[in-house]
Amino acid sequence: MTKQRKIAYLLNAVGVVVIFALLMALFAAGVFGTSTTYIQGICTTACYTVIMVASLNLVVGFMGEFSLGHAGFVSVGAYVSAIVSGALAGKGLSDLGLFLVAILAGGLAAGIMGVLVGIPALRLRGDYLAIVTMAFAEIIRVCFCNFSITGGGKTLSGILKLSTFPRAFWVMVVCVTFMYMFVRSKFGRTVQAIREDYIAASAAGINVTFYKVLTFAVSSFFAGIGGAIYAHYMTAMIPTNFNFNYSAELLSEVIIGGTGSLTGSIIGAVFLSALPEAMRQFATYRMLCYSVVLVLVMLFRPGGIFGRWEFSLTRVLGRLTHRRETAKKGA
Amino acid sequence: MAATKTPVLRCQHLGIQFGGLKAVDDFNLEIGESELVGLIGPNGAGKTTVFNLITGVYKPTEGSFYLNGVQMNGKKTHKIVHAGIARTFQNIRLFKKMTVIDNVKAAMLRELHYGMPQAILRTPKFWREEQAITERAKQLLAVVHLQGKENLEADNLPYGEQRRLEIARALATDMKLLLLDEPAAGMNPTETEELLEIIDYIRDEFKISVLLIEHDMSLVMKICERIQVLDFGTTIAAGTPEEVANSPKVIEAYLGKDNEVVEGI
Ligand SMILES: Nc1ncnc2c1ncn2[C@@H]1O[C@H](COP(=O)(O)OP(=O)(O)O)[C@@H](O)[C@H]1O
Ligand SMILES: [Mg+2]
Repeated sequence: MTKQRKIAYLLNAVGVVVIFALLMALFAAGVFGTSTTYIQGICTTACYTVIMVASLNLVVGFMGEFSLGHAGFVSVGAYVSAIVSGALAGKGLSDLGLFLVAILAGGLAAGIMGVLVGIPALRLRGDYLAIVTMAFAEIIRVCFCNFSITGGGKTLSGILKLSTFPRAFWVMVVCVTFMYMFVRSKFGRTVQAIREDYIAASAAGINVTFYKVLTFAVSSFFAGIGGAIYAHYMTAMIPTNFNFNYSAELLSEVIIGGTGSLTGSIIGAVFLSALPEAMRQFATYRMLCYSVVLVLVMLFRPGGIFGRWEFSLTRVLGRLTHRRETAKKGA
Repeated sequence: MAATKTPVLRCQHLGIQFGGLKAVDDFNLEIGESELVGLIGPNGAGKTTVFNLITGVYKPTEGSFYLNGVQMNGKKTHKIVHAGIARTFQNIRLFKKMTVIDNVKAAMLRELHYGMPQAILRTPKFWREEQAITERAKQLLAVVHLQGKENLEADNLPYGEQRRLEIARALATDMKLLLLDEPAAGMNPTETEELLEIIDYIRDEFKISVLLIEHDMSLVMKICERIQVLDFGTTIAAGTPEEVANSPKVIEAYLGKDNEVVEGI
């Protein structure tokens, strides 16, 4: 069992490296010709979208609470990281060092915001979180529109272009691994128990508010990291980028992929960041397409495309060896 | 009996009012070590409300209660659970979409000391502790005769097994006092018999006290050492099964009504 797990971890790691090497080789070989930079950009977009969607899934899928203001936390990460990288530029840090410090600062700022928003909102039962997060996202947007340090309502430009595809890719891998391990530990188990029945959870000795706020903070932290990569990829942004539409878009990607499945979030986010780019000429119909897809998913697969299904090599290996053993016994 | 030692649970003049309704009034009860006490009464008498009071779901508007001499009122449910009171629910409340074993493990949070970094990095401490609670969860499932069902979804268990799973989850909190709210409700005689055996075994094996709510009078008479009878929130009788069964008030309030109900059906 333990050995199998080690093999699974190793294979997962190898798989990630292979995907990365493949993409890099394709870019290097110039397969995409003149659109190489463009495709690379889509891949970078996919990477930070995966982080944002997966982190939202922690709240929506695993904790079972609705958040309608994820873009608010994304924007905190984006602006704080941009300010930090701007302040530290030329202070002797390497580009990579600067990038890491900036996204970490963005993540931490968003995480702290998550605690501040989560404590009042998550103590109450019911759909308060949806309302409070929506209000928070609006308030923070208005704030960013008025602070001079964030551009004062005008475009904040001149952010360093630190988010290269390889960096975004590896940060995504680390973030998704982190979230996966989080979900597959006492933290995930506890928060799912709360989702299933908070009265029973407290009767089982669980401090419901604490674990909800903790999970919300972790989710916000990663939203901030996603936002930080976004900022240093776009290099210019305006608070209205992070409006309600953006939150709704992220939420629909969670629901389409499957609430409670990180695999679904990853595939959903990759697919949905590539799709609008591929159909650029239909850009105006993008939200319409989303709505149609969302309605179809709700009608035919209410749990999302992947439901709660999770890709697991350990399980695949387990099944394979099991089959082999039964075959041996049969012989 | 329990008079000389500190009782495991002591309720003093416990009461709660919902608007104008006194759901529980002047409730007094002492439970000694390893005692099995029954709490009975007609529907709506306030039995479940007593459980909700001593597990911190409701805050008492009057009186107080003590666990091993420590006052507990006003504490949050999870704090009371940590202090040693665990319960099951009249309307089963399982973590439906989780596996049977995860239902039990969810109640063992206090045995896991690893933090987030250890969970993320999957350190030996993480594996050791997770392994340990998995083992203990399996043992507890065996106690309630659910071995081999660890990986089923809780929702897919038959009714009687769901009730037993709730007991295993309560045991997992490592409590001193177990509150069972109509654990035999909806069970057939064979299942009820099995349940009684389990309750007996638990009491001996884990050295805990049990407070049992039950609708079925004969069942309570059979296993409880002492019985307290509630009607409209007030205690109308308390004592040994014989004393209670012969109390005219009980016969009138409880048995009388129950007979009507039986006739009604
Ligand atoms: N949260 C509440 N709000 C108002 N009334 C309640 C509440 N909980 C219980 N009651 C009332 O208290 C009385 C006792 O209920 P309960 O304890 O559930 O009875 P039982 O003895 O059947 O378990 C009932 O009349 C019920 O309607
Ligand atoms: Mg009841």
